[in-house]
Amino acid sequence: MASLKELKGRITSVKSTQKITKAKQMVAAAKLRKAQARAEAARPYAERLAAVMASLATKVSGDNAPRLLAGTGSNQRHLLVVVNTDKGLCGGLNSIIVRAASAKARELTAEGKDVEFYLVGRKGRAPLKRNFPNDIGTQFDTSQVRDPGFEEAEQIANEVIGMFENGRFDVAHLVYPIFQSALVQDPTVQQIVPVPAPANAGEGSVNSGAVVEYEPSEEEILEELLPRFIKTQVFGALLEIAASEQGASMTAMDNATRNAGDLIDKLTIQYNRSRQAAITTELIEIIAGAEAL
Amino acid sequence: MALRFELVTPAKLVRSEDVHMVVVPGAEGEFGVLEGHAPFMSTIRDGAVQVYKTAGSAPEEIMIQGGFAEVGDSGLTVLAEHVSE
Repeated sequence: MASLKELKGRITSVKSTQKITKAKQMVAAAKLRKAQARAEAARPYAERLAAVMASLATKVSGDNAPRLLAGTGSNQRHLLVVVNTDKGLCGGLNSIIVRAASAKARELTAEGKDVEFYLVGRKGRAPLKRNFPNDIGTQFDTSQVRDPGFEEAEQIANEVIGMFENGRFDVAHLVYPIFQSALVQDPTVQQIVPVPAPANAGEGSVNSGAVVEYEPSEEEILEELLPRFIKTQVFGALLEIAASEQGASMTAMDNATRNAGDLIDKLTIQYNRSRQAAITTELIEIIAGAEAL
Repeated sequence: MALRFELVTPAKLVRSEDVHMVVVPGAEGEFGVLEGHAPFMSTIRDGAVQVYKTAGSAPEEIMIQGGFAEVGDSGLTVLAEHVSE
């Protein structure tokens, strides 16, 4: 049985751990609110862009469609853009993303395709490198920036589009979590290059039936729009990961705080018991001594 | 007579208001949009969007970079990547 002093030391150390996890939880809660507000603010742009894309994509199709929409005609080489967090202490978030990315990569490899990774964020690097030591391509560092914003998204998208134009890959997928709630983040795999045909094609925001004038031509507008659309997708992923990180962190730290509380209770009971035992032994010794006289 | 004008960036909705006229620096020349403009879509070159609150007022200039403008039933929507006021 541990001595009284040892027990006391352990109680103090668990208490200070609890203080840290509690502080981290509160910080995450505050940051989560901010991240959610940012995600909310980005929605109008994404919605309008998607609507315009949908109405344009139906008009421009066939042979004269830009390569970013039509693809290279082959789907042999795949690029997986995996978005992870930069910091830890957010529960299983990074491992579920890595698991989703690995599953996708294995599925593609099983079909005989080539897979390359493009990693955003620091936390996914080590596990993915362990699983696929030869397939790690570029790593984009977001750890220097406090809140990855549109500029980072722009850089990532430009790099990916550049790789596409240089013929480094045929299809690109974006792997990121979708923030459902502080408890649930769903890892998602989404194709970004070639841009998938919009689901709600035909019912764009542009006037139904009315003749719309384009300046310059539809093709040229679409050509300008596609890179922008990809940027917006990447930006969306960065916002989702930010919200997910804070949400997961909040939940994980809440659990840690509660566990620390339980541990403190248990240790305190143990401490009191051994203290009482020590006192009883002392008393018995004194009484026995007095009786012997 | 008012034109619904919306200026949106990826980060936020910058403007959403009723104005008299907006002059947009289109890729093939500037164009002014009044209420009831025909449906129209254009890319934008980097430059200033001029917003006229009322018919005679001095324009307010908003610098924008990279984007496109869309005129529809619901008014004018300018999507820009960067905005500086």
